[in-house]
Amino acid sequence: MSTDGKFGDYGGQYVPEALMPAIEELTEAYEQYVLENKDGFMDEFRDRLTDFGGRPTPLQRADRLSERYDLDIYLKREDLLHGGAHKLNNALGQVLLAKYMGKERIIAETGAGQHGTATAMAAAHLDMPCTIYMGERDINRQRPNVFRMKLNGSEVKPVTTGRGTLKEAISETMRDWATTVETTHYVIGSIVGPHPFPVMVRDFQSVISKEAREQTIEKTGSLPDSVIACAGGGSNTMGSFAKFVDDESVSLYAVEAGGSSLRVDEDTGVAPNSASLSTGNEGVLHGARTKLLQDTAGQIMESHSVSSGLDYAGVGPELAYLVDTDRVTPVTVDDDAALEGFHRLSQTEGIIPALETAHAFGYLEEHHEELSGTVVVNVSGRGDKDLETVIEETDARDVPNAPDMSMFSGGGM
Amino acid sequence: MAGQRRSAVDRSANSDLAAAFEDGSAYIPYLAVGDPSYERSKAYVEALARGGADIIELGLPFSEPIAEGPTIQNAIVRALKGGMSPELFFQFVEELDVDVPLVCMTYYNLIYQYGRTAGDGPGPEAFVEKAASAGISGFVVPDLPAEEADPLRAACDEHGLDLIFIVAPTTEGDRLERMMQRVSGYVYVQARLGTTGARSDVSDQTTASLDRLADYDLPKAVGFGISGGEQAERIVANGADGIIVGSALVDIVANGVENDEPTEAVADRLETLSRELKAGAQRGDEARQANVDAK
Repeated sequence: MSTDGKFGDYGGQYVPEALMPAIEELTEAYEQYVLENKDGFMDEFRDRLTDFGGRPTPLQRADRLSERYDLDIYLKREDLLHGGAHKLNNALGQVLLAKYMGKERIIAETGAGQHGTATAMAAAHLDMPCTIYMGERDINRQRPNVFRMKLNGSEVKPVTTGRGTLKEAISETMRDWATTVETTHYVIGSIVGPHPFPVMVRDFQSVISKEAREQTIEKTGSLPDSVIACAGGGSNTMGSFAKFVDDESVSLYAVEAGGSSLRVDEDTGVAPNSASLSTGNEGVLHGARTKLLQDTAGQIMESHSVSSGLDYAGVGPELAYLVDTDRVTPVTVDDDAALEGFHRLSQTEGIIPALETAHAFGYLEEHHEELSGTVVVNVSGRGDKDLETVIEETDARDVPNAPDMSMFSGGGM
Repeated sequence: MAGQRRSAVDRSANSDLAAAFEDGSAYIPYLAVGDPSYERSKAYVEALARGGADIIELGLPFSEPIAEGPTIQNAIVRALKGGMSPELFFQFVEELDVDVPLVCMTYYNLIYQYGRTAGDGPGPEAFVEKAASAGISGFVVPDLPAEEADPLRAACDEHGLDLIFIVAPTTEGDRLERMMQRVSGYVYVQARLGTTGARSDVSDQTTASLDRLADYDLPKAVGFGISGGEQAERIVANGADGIIVGSALVDIVANGVENDEPTEAVADRLETLSRELKAGAQRGDEARQANVDAK
C-alpha cells in the first residue's frame, strides 16, 4: 500500500477544497491511532468489538451445502456480529476514532440502512450525537432500519434529490460535512471516498479475514482454496479478502449484483445492475478515482439491485485495482439467482441471509463446478431487514425453491 | 488565444481573465447551461452580459454536484432533464453572442471522460483542447483540489487556458501555497464554509481569507452567498477584486420555471439584478479608493 492513498491510478482525494484540511487531519489521525496504536486506540477498539460487538464471529462448516456441491464450505458468520451485519466493525472504529480526534458530532450516509444502524448503535454506545442521511426511496424500502436508528437516538434526514438512494445520500452527507467540518466526523460506510477512507475502512473490516484465515487453518490445517464475498461498495469484500491478498494460492471472488440485466440504457441513464467492477469504467466519483457505472459523457448512471445494500454506481478503488491486476475475480449474479440463494441458505443451513449476502450463494450454485477444495463464504449480514422485500420479490416471480407464497400474496390470508 | 502557449511562470501575462479585473472590480455571474432549456439558457446568459458581466461562469451540469446547495442542484437537474451534455455545452459556447471571457465550471469526471468519447482514452487533454477552440478561457472544478490537479494544469498550460482554484476559509499554510503555485486567472475566494447558496450575511471568514491572500498578486473574486448590491459593495470595499454570484441568479431562473414566465421577462430580471450587483461592486471600488486617498 502506498501512503498517498493511490492503488495504481485509482483512489486519490477528489473533494471540494473546504474538506481538504479535514481529510488531512483524518489522514494523520488514521496513521497515528490506527497504524501506530497511539494512546492504545487499537486496543480499545478490539476490546469494544469483543464486548459490545461479540467478536470473534464463528467460522461454521456448512454441512448440507458442502454435500450439495461436493466442496468443503465454511461460512464466516458476520451475521452474528451485533446489529446483524459486518457494518459495526467499521462504524465502531470510526466513531471511536472521532472521539479520539476530539470531534463532537457524527454524520453518516446509509443505503440499505445497515451502515446507518451500525453507526447509530456505535454513536449511542460511545455517547456521540449522530445524524444519518438516507435517500427517501430507501427510507420507504427499509422502514424497520429507520426506526432502529431513531431508537438509538440518531436523527434521520431524508434525501429527496435524484432517485433518493445511496449515491444521493453520500453527496448530501458530503455537503453537510463541507459546512460542519471543524466539529464533525463523517463516518463513511464503505471502502469508497477520498483517502484515507478506503484504507481505513478496509483496516477496520479486515478483522473478518484475519479471523477467517486463522479459523480455517485451525479447522482444516491449511488455507482455503477460495474466498467468496458479495460486493457493492466493497467493505465486506475487502474485509474478507484483505488478509488473503498475499496468499497467492487463495482465489478471491467478488460477487456483484447483476440486477435484471448487465446492459445499460444510455437514454434513460439507467444501469439495471450494480456491477461496476464487471462492467464499469474508470472515472471520478465521491472523492476517488475508481470503476463506475457511467454514460459516455461521464454522467453517473442510476444503478439497480434487488438488494439495496449493493445498489451503488461505484466501488472501492482498492477492489478496482485488485481486479485490474487479476488478483480478484469479479463475477455477477442476477436478482433471480440471488433470491434463489436466499431461499436455499434459509432452507439448507437454517440461516436467513441478507439479500446482499445471498448473491454469494447464488454464485456458489451457478459456478460450484469451477471451485474445488475449501471455500470460505462471508455471510455479511442476516436477512431480517429484507423480509418485506423478499415477500414482494418472491411473489412477483417464479422462484423454484421458495416456500408456498399463497398466504402472503395480496389478500390471500 | 487558443493554441497559444504560455510557460508556467508567466501564466497571468496573457490571461484575458486576469485582464477583466484591470478596470475596477469584476462582476462574475454564474448560470447552469441548459437551465431550463438550451435556447432559454442562451437568452439568460446574454442578459448577464448586457447587465455588465466582466466574466461569465458557465456551469456544465454533472449528475453528482457535491459542492452545490439545493438551488444550483435543482438547476443542474433541470438542465440535465433538458438534455444538456458536454457536446451541447461546447456548441452553446460557440453560438453564444457575448463579448466577455467565459469560464467553464464543472466536475472532474466530465473533463476526465471526454477523452474517452474523443477516442483518446480518459484524461483532461481532449476536453481542454475542445474548450479552448470553443472559446472558453478557464476552468473552475470544485472537486479537484491542487493535489490532483497537475494533469489538468498541464493541459491548460498547453492550450493557454486558466485554472482557477477555490480558496476555502480552511485553506492555509502549505495547502494555500500548493494551490497558489497552480492557480491562474483569478482566485475564487469561498466566502464561508458550506455549499453554494444565497445568504444575507457576509462572513468574517471572507475578510480573513482576503487577508491571507493579500501577498499574492492575482485578482481575488469572492463567491458563495452574494445576493444583492449592498453585499457586493461591502465585499469589494473590504478588499475583493471581484464578486461571483450564482444562486441569486439561478433563483430568478427557477422562479421563471415555476411561474411559467416568458423568456424575455426572466432575462430582464437577470439583467436588472446584474446591473444592481455591478453598480454595488463599483460603489465598493469607490469606497476602497476613498480609503486609499484618505491614507
